[in-house]
Amino acid sequence: MKAAAFDYVRASSVDEICRLLADAGDEERKIIAGGQTLVPLMAMRMARPDMLIDINDVTELAGIHDRGDYISFGAGTRQRALERSDIVSGRLPLLAKAVRNVGHIQTRNRGTIGGSIVHGDPSAEIPLAALALEAKMVLRDLSGETEVPIDGFFEAAMVTNIEPQQLLTEIRIPVWQGAHIGTGFHETASRQGDFAIVAVAAQVELGEDGTILRAVVSGGGAAPSPVKLHALEAALVGVSSDGVDALISLVDEAIDPDTDVHATAAYRQRVSRSLVSRAIADAIEEART
Amino acid sequence: MSQIEITLNVNGQDRSVSVAPRMTLVDCLRDMLRMTGTHVGCEHGICGACSVMLDGEPIRSCLMFAVQAEGHEITTVEGLLQEDGSLSDLQDSFWECHALQCGYCTPGMLVASESLLNENPNPTADDIREAISGNLCRCTGYQQIVEAVQMTAKRRREGASHG
Repeated sequence: MKAAAFDYVRASSVDEICRLLADAGDEERKIIAGGQTLVPLMAMRMARPDMLIDINDVTELAGIHDRGDYISFGAGTRQRALERSDIVSGRLPLLAKAVRNVGHIQTRNRGTIGGSIVHGDPSAEIPLAALALEAKMVLRDLSGETEVPIDGFFEAAMVTNIEPQQLLTEIRIPVWQGAHIGTGFHETASRQGDFAIVAVAAQVELGEDGTILRAVVSGGGAAPSPVKLHALEAALVGVSSDGVDALISLVDEAIDPDTDVHATAAYRQRVSRSLVSRAIADAIEEART
Repeated sequence: MSQIEITLNVNGQDRSVSVAPRMTLVDCLRDMLRMTGTHVGCEHGICGACSVMLDGEPIRSCLMFAVQAEGHEITTVEGLLQEDGSLSDLQDSFWECHALQCGYCTPGMLVASESLLNENPNPTADDIREAISGNLCRCTGYQQIVEAVQMTAKRRREGASHG
């Protein structure tokens, strides 16, 4: 349980990081921020990078800013900072609910929003909430900056669509502006803070007549990567709360659960349906008040 | 690979040490600085035995490389002692409440609990369970640990000196 040897560089700027990544040649160079996903992978020798580029000193990579239409998160912003942020609790309540389920205090103190997203653990809560809310990610390399949508970023379990020379610098999460918005987040885990067996995030906007104007729903732990429930989202528009359960079978179109030591695929499917139902019910209830 | 010279601030003292980048903070504390109060259990961030404070916040020292800790203030279980070397009120309460059996998880439990009390002087039992939820005790002594933290919080609020 000891990491293989590596070279260590403590970077002081985004440019320096991009240059180090661009000059990697045949070496595997990895970014380390909080290390809460990467270091266990290294301890188990599932990752053995030749070089770690430590980005913790690059202050411009951390911080939470309200940009009106969206909230900007520096990729190196600690999960604990999200948990404590008034911007997050006030403007992105779904993310606030999700963060409370991320790991334990010790891991949230180090773990970052960007690290959670680039690793793409299929049961992680932050990718799930960011996917539901249709976040955009800013990727940087020596040639400049690209903004990519989060839908499509998660390729497979622990595999995301980021090139070896790219650095995730910022996550932009849109803020909904309507008057009647509600959120729901539900998770099943062996104990509080453990990896989710299944987790679900939902956000809805209701019209004045109480029917759904807009809904987003995502599920984690029920497929090799977090999934957005597009068919269900589309079907929910125009529906009132008593029409939701009739649509729950649409959950099955998006998920692709697997059996492992924690749960069978059939159990994950049943739990996914239940948690989607509860998350949407919570969101509708919250939107009404 | 090459060694790196670093200076770590541990319990208020600067300690210079030469480490390979792959050495975790907990291994550095125990094997290089010979501060064996911090225990090392699973070595991959599950058990919480290696909890220390980094700039006053609890973290897992098996999930941080020692080279990353330079420039930060580290507090280990040894740093919880009173200045004369006697047990802290929290440690006393652990003793009184039988909040340890084998003692393996105890340093991590103490660090997690002290961090909680620094932030919240009047925690509920649920707050305490949340604060130690990342620390495994395989003697299953959680109830007594919760009681010990509650006892400490009560005594601190009452300002009663104890010992």
